[in-house]
This record gives sequence, structure tokens and C-alpha cells, in this order.
Amino acid sequence: MANMNEQGVWEHVPSPFCGIGSDDLKIRVSGSRVEVLEHGDAVTKAAFEHPLGETQPLVDGKPASLEQAVARAAGIVAEAELPLLAGLATDVAGMRAALSLADHIGAVVDNMNSTAAMRNILVLQDSGWMTTTLAEVKNRADLFVAVGVDVEALFPRFFERHIWVDGMFVEAADRRIVYIGKGPSGYAAVSPDGRKPRVLLCEEEDLPAVVSMLRLLVNDRPVGVDSVGGIPITELKSLAKQLKGANYGVVAWAAGAMDWNHAELTVQSICEMVKDLNHTTRCSGLPLGGREGDQTANQVCGWQTGYPVRTRFSRGIPEYDPYLNASERLLGSREVDALLWLSAYNCANTPPDTDLPTVVLGRSGMTFDQTPQVYIPVGVPGIDHAGHTYRLDNVVAVRLFKLRDSGLPSSAQVLQLIEQSVRYG
Amino acid sequence: MLIKLTGGTVYDPAHRVNGRVHNLYIQDGRIVDPPAGAHVDIEYDLHGMVVMAGAIDMHTHIGGGKVNIARTMLPEDHRADPVTHTEHLRSGCGHAAPSTLTTGYRYAEMGFTAAFEPAVLPVNARQAHMEMGDIPILDKGGYVMLGSDDFLLRMMHDGADQKAINDYVAWTLNASQCIGIKVVNPGGISAFKFNQRALDLDEEHTYYGVTPRQVLKVLATAVNELAVPHPLHVHGCNLGVPGNMETTLKTIGGIEGLPIHLTHIQFHSYGTEGDFKFSSGAAQIAEAINANRNVTVDVGQILFGQTVTASGDNMRQHANAGHAHPHKWVCMDIECDAGCGVVPFRYRDKNFVNALQWAIGLEIFLLVEDPWRVFLTTDHPNGAPFTSYPHLIRLLMDRSFRNEQLSRLHPEAQKMTTLASIEREYSLYEIAIMTRAAAAELVGLSDRGHLGAGAAADITVYVPDDDREKMFSRPRYVFKDGQLVVRDGQVVNVVWGTTHVVKPEYDPAIEKQLASYFDRYQTMKLDNFIIQADEISEDGRGSVTIHPCWGGRGV
Repeated sequence: MANMNEQGVWEHVPSPFCGIGSDDLKIRVSGSRVEVLEHGDAVTKAAFEHPLGETQPLVDGKPASLEQAVARAAGIVAEAELPLLAGLATDVAGMRAALSLADHIGAVVDNMNSTAAMRNILVLQDSGWMTTTLAEVKNRADLFVAVGVDVEALFPRFFERHIWVDGMFVEAADRRIVYIGKGPSGYAAVSPDGRKPRVLLCEEEDLPAVVSMLRLLVNDRPVGVDSVGGIPITELKSLAKQLKGANYGVVAWAAGAMDWNHAELTVQSICEMVKDLNHTTRCSGLPLGGREGDQTANQVCGWQTGYPVRTRFSRGIPEYDPYLNASERLLGSREVDALLWLSAYNCANTPPDTDLPTVVLGRSGMTFDQTPQVYIPVGVPGIDHAGHTYRLDNVVAVRLFKLRDSGLPSSAQVLQLIEQSVRYG
Repeated sequence: MLIKLTGGTVYDPAHRVNGRVHNLYIQDGRIVDPPAGAHVDIEYDLHGMVVMAGAIDMHTHIGGGKVNIARTMLPEDHRADPVTHTEHLRSGCGHAAPSTLTTGYRYAEMGFTAAFEPAVLPVNARQAHMEMGDIPILDKGGYVMLGSDDFLLRMMHDGADQKAINDYVAWTLNASQCIGIKVVNPGGISAFKFNQRALDLDEEHTYYGVTPRQVLKVLATAVNELAVPHPLHVHGCNLGVPGNMETTLKTIGGIEGLPIHLTHIQFHSYGTEGDFKFSSGAAQIAEAINANRNVTVDVGQILFGQTVTASGDNMRQHANAGHAHPHKWVCMDIECDAGCGVVPFRYRDKNFVNALQWAIGLEIFLLVEDPWRVFLTTDHPNGAPFTSYPHLIRLLMDRSFRNEQLSRLHPEAQKMTTLASIEREYSLYEIAIMTRAAAAELVGLSDRGHLGAGAAADITVYVPDDDREKMFSRPRYVFKDGQLVVRDGQVVNVVWGTTHVVKPEYDPAIEKQLASYFDRYQTMKLDNFIIQADEISEDGRGSVTIHPCWGGRGV
């Protein structure tokens, strides 16, 4: 567990922000000020160090007590015909409380990253996949292929922690890196001995065709063209050979970076290619996500209801629909008539534009273009209170610790108060 | 408050009570001796009813990553069995991969008060406990998986002594908050990561040079020397492979008298005779179990219909993935710790292999003589969902029903089983042994599974019925820690059970070795890996109950 070695300095602090669950951070806390002393990166440092903002709730933009804010929030969600609980960037306890409230009031639940997450979930539900986790990458991966994602922009420490180290079964010097589609924006993928990654660039709209072609070549199917998306077939052939020859290839993608219609079909092509490769060698997929509590939301919703988010409780049973229950659609079509938005990690993730009655449970310091009816600042899991979050590989739940005493309630506490208020007035 | 249960017919094998009418008293959640002259606050008239301790499922996949993958994968299965929100109960879904809340309600509604998750990966134990923390009413616990983790295999490869391995095993039990040690396809999950596709008992792991037999030996020895009550819980090599009965017999023979529990033995009892090169090895397996008192088994009965198989054995799951129905499946390699495989499956009574699997499971139930050493499981959800237990109990207790069911199966399968000729019918006393008294003893729970003074008042009351399926589907009353939770087969009150664990001692020197291993090869710090008890209790509902390591069936 994170421990305080000297006054105000914590070691072995896990990060809920970086997606890879780095837990080697050294952090100094003075009053409410948080400073990452060691192992910070662009994502983690900014997220930990964001100054504590106003801690008092606002009702109609005016300071109010927590009781007043909770009572107003309860009124809004209880009076609604079909309330929407969205955002849902929180920890396990927060998600448990959100689902309990949703079940009681007959709401729809959705997460702020669902549009991306569904590109993976639809594949899981249609054909499945073979995937791996970070320690396997660290110790086994002799070939790492990034499809359509600039890994270091999203996960700055990915290479430092998992690739450019000597693993149990592979040395850093023997690892090979390939990018398809997008190339890297920096130098994280360059090996310590100066080898640059191999990059097969193409336009985003050509990536589905390139991935399909790679799968064909992995299966030794005949092809009648010389290039696809500007990439010569010979290049793809040699990559197919490399994948088949690797002891343990890892093919990574980030659903969040695949922003085109039916990108799930490209995810499916990647996953089916990985399955094909396992006829003769070992290879695994690695879906890169796990930020802002998206894995957490889907995990908890999964075990409590059987379904991922985009599930509604309005008929007394959980009903999952990845299209009909999308928050953007529900807000746009005005099928919902109130919004509770939860964003405990990031002030920048404010609620979508809507003129519906809106309750925001947000990280303190959040500012709004449009004043919500209720804003209750909540603590950040892993800074203001203990909790649990999931890493991108979806297996490892990370224990988060309370580092400072801000007096902010957790999202779980506020949601429980709202539910109590709805139940008992 | 004093509760009196009056006039019930009690089956309490731990005290050799076989259908005797007597009263029970409950105070503060415990069974107490008849208090002289005390005022009875509530009395239940149980004349003509059957009273047993709450049932214990000692092997059921109810929580952890692979279960949640199974849930997420199967929306179409959930939609056929939605569970409605009520005043007391949360909504959810049932059938093959039920939601956690529904899991608790439905187990309780069948008279179960405890269930144990048998495949907790150390690195995923936190998730398993969080999921089980959302299972109401039941007590729970987990068996933590070792045997394909690189730390153990490295130790074995480097010739570490047994004492060091014992320390690691004990540390793992502590760190993961579990009550037993499980091994799945010993070494095989790791071997699959090195592209080995099979690993028989005496076959060497291609990288470590270690064999499954050696893994079984060191782990069974560790569990025994640490005096952990639950024997090493073994999911053997070659699951589902025709002819694997030979491996199973060698496993029993090779363990040299150490206590072991062979789980879902049905899946490991196949011969290669007949036109289809698939036959029952039940008779030989049962004979070996009968002859070796160090061995316990649970059956892993299959029942027909749609389910999902979820296992740590990704080597075998990958080999069987082509049989997925519907056609989708997941295999994962996990954190140099283990793996998992999730493959939906539909067992069909007109399919020769499935029909014979059904018969093999029942043959084992009926041919193993000692009901203290054979346990009622479907390996939920791998053989069938746990909600089919009442049906399974009827198959065991009612020969004419069993033979009538048998007559509907694939005709060639009927020819390949001796089931029709087996006359045995389980008695209520024997059912109480296998689902209560023996299960509690096997797991290491001294105050559950019986009705003696001091025991937790986990009590199930049934209305006798010749249709045993009906009887066991719908208890009249279920009490959990003295509180009435089920009336007439419906949950009327939601309480929260405890998490049972053991905490064997170890030499803290092992943590130094582990810390440097974690820093070098793992992706989290050792201290962040360890699960603290407050993670289970901080929601205000859960708790951790530590059981002594008293040796169980040890030698």
C-alpha cells in the first residue's frame, strides 16, 4: 500500500489516470497541494497536480450546503420520467452506488467513453478474442504491433515500463516494434540501443482495408493487388511473416483512436487475425483503454447486471442496448428528461450540452458553459479517498489510496445520499 | 432474541442425526442448547418438515475476471432470464452467468448459505472479492490458483526447498485473502504461453523442465505441511481429452497419500473404447477413489442445455474453442500468474459425447461409496448452471426418474453406460452429508454445515415431497446467521455473509525475494498487490472470518 515515508511524502502511489496503473509514483502533499516528485508523466502529473477548486456545492450556481444540493438532485432525478446517469467516471464504489440508484429510479446508465469502448465490447459479444495483460507483454512480447494508435500520446510510460526492459523470457534488445496506420509522435518507441520502430503509414480511412489485407496474408491467401492504402503488399507480407515467426507477438489497438463508423469491424479483423496466428504460434491482442474509469464502469455494471453500460432499468429489469441507450442519442432525441453527470477524475470532462435539468458530480474546480441546476464537487479516487479502479488490461484492479484530507465526499457517498433522499425524502 | 424451531425432522450428519425429530434454538445468530425457562420470542412449527444446515457449494464459479467476461459476452443468454427489481431485491439476470445479486438470491432460494469460488488468480483476487462482495446472503471464499505462476515455476526450476515453497504458498493465501489452494492444469497454463498445446502428467514444461506431477507434489505437500484444512484442490491435466482417465489414475497413484481434492472429476474420467473412441472410465475412477482415503472429489455433473464454460485452463479451452456455441470465445494470458478461457457451450442429449458425459457423472456419484468424499457440483456454470442442483438431487435420489431420463439419450451412449443397472438411490442423510457436513469439513469451516450448539444458525427447512426436485427447489424457510431470509422459496430479507479465509504463518523473508521479483518482472509493487482485509469490509457489509489451520485430513 502507498505509504508515507517522510512527512507528506508518499511512495508507491498508484495512478488512476494513466490507464496502465503505474504504482511507483512518489508524491508530496502539502495541505491540499499535490506534487508528483518521481515517475510522473504528462498525463499523470497534470491529473494529480490539478489544484483543488471550490469544495462547496452549488445549486443554480449559488453556494449551498451538501444537504440542500442532495435534496435538489434527488428531486430532479426522482421527478424525471427517464433519468440518464452518464459520465460515470468514478471508482468501483462510485459505480456500485450509481447502479443502485439507477435500479431504484429506473434510469439509464452510460459511460463517457462508451462510444469507444463499444467498439471492443461488440467484438467480445460477437466473436470473442485472445488477449493478454501488461506483465505478459513485459516478460514475453518479442514483437509489438500498434495498429492505428500513437501509443505514447495516450500512455506516455507504456514503453518505458513494459517494452524497454529485460523480461523473464525476452531481452529489450530482442524486441521489435511495428506501427501500422499512425506513427509515433515521439521517441518512446525507439529502443535504448537506438533502433527505430518500423512504421507502415496509411490514411485512417484505409486502415480497415490494411488490417484485412494483413489478415489475409497471415493466412497465406492469394491477393491480386500490389499495395493497399499506399502500403506495398511486400511490406505487409513481411509483417505477416514476422507475426508468424514471433514467439509471442502482441497486437495493440486503442478503440478510442478508431473514430469512424463501424470501427468495431476493424477491431474484429485484428482479433480474428490474432486467433488465426495462434494456430501455429502464440500471439495476443491488447486493447488499450482504461482511462477515466471506463473499464471500471463496465466491470461493475457487468457483475451487478450481467451487461456492460448502456443499460436501462426503466422497466424494472436491466436492458442493454449499445445503440438505443447511447447517451448522445438519448439526449439528442430527448427520450431522457434529466441528466446526472459524474466525472470524478477530470475537470475538463464536463456534461454534454443540454437544456435538460442537470446534476453534476464532478471533480472540484469544474467550470461550466451552462450552469447546471446542481453541482456537487466530489473527491478524486486515489487522491481524496481510497477506492479501486481497473487498468486497461481489465484483469488488474488497482487499490487507490487517500493522500490528502480535502473534506470532499466520494462520488459513492453523494450517490448514496441522493438515493436515500429519493427513498425516504 | 430467542427463536425456536419446533418439531422438525433433523438431518445433521456431523452429529450422526439421521431423521430424528427434535427442536432447535437460535440466539444471536447461533444455535444454542435448549435454554432453561427462557422466553421464546419467535417459534416456527416445523412438524413434518425436513431440517438441515444451510447447504454449501464447495466449487462454483461465481466471481472473478473470467466470470465477468462470461457475463459480458452473453447478453442473449441473460435476456431470456431477466430478474425484476422489487422492494427488497435488485434487478439482474439469471441462468448461465447470473449477475452477482441474482446469484445470492437464487442460491438462498435453494437453501444454500455458502459458496466457494475455486479459481481465484492471485492478481485477480481483488476483483473476485469485489464481485463476491456484491453477492448477498451467502458466505463465500476462494481457492487461490498456483502452479502456472512463474514465481513458483522458477523456484522449482532453481531447486528451491520445500520450506521456501511453503512460505510462498502461505504468503499467497494471506495476500489474496483465500481459504484454499487450487492448481489448474499444473504448469500447463504457463506451458501454453510457450506454445505447448498439451502437458501430460510426466511431460516436461518446455522452458522450466518441470512436470505437472512435480507441481502437484510440491503444492500438495505445502498445503499439508501448512495444515491448511482444505486439501490441494486439483483441476488435473488433460481436461476433456478421451483417455484422460489414465492420467487421473496416475495422479491419484502418484500423490503418495497426500490429501488432494480432484475437482470436476467427470471431465477427467474418459476412456477411449467403442466406435466413437470415447467411453466411461467411471468404474475405474470410482474404484481408485474408494481405495484411496486421501482423495476427495466433486463431480462437475453436466446437464443438458445452454451454458458457458469458464476456466483458468486456457490451454484446454483454446483446444476446445471450435465447439463454442454460440460461436464466440475468449482466451487470455494473465500477468505471469495464470490465464483464462471462456467458451459458451450447449450440451445436447442427442449428442453421443454429451449424453455419455451425463452418464459418467452420475456413475461416479453412485459408484463412490463414501458420501463424505464425493461432492455435489456441476462446476457451475461449466457443466450446468447451479440452479439445476434440485434436478441433479432428484437424479441421485430417484432411480426410476434417472432411468427414464437415461432412456431419452443418444442410443449409443445408453449402450456405453452401466447406469441403468445401478440401483443405488441417495438418502436424505447422504444428501445432507455431501452438501453440508462433508462440504464444511472439506473447506475447513468448523461452525458451518452442522446444527450443533455453537454453530452458525444457517438452517434450511424443506417440505418433504416425493418429487425431490420440487422439494429442493423451494425450501419453506432458510435462516442465515439466525435471520429468516427465505420463506416459501422467495427471498424475504437480504443479509450479507462473511468471507472465509485462512492465514497460515510464513517466514517473512519470502517477501524480500518477492519484492525484488515484483520490482523486476511484475507491473505492480508487492505492497500494492497484497489485499488488505479492509478492502473487503469497508463497504460496511462484508467481513473477513479467519479459520485456524488445524490440519484437516492431513497425514
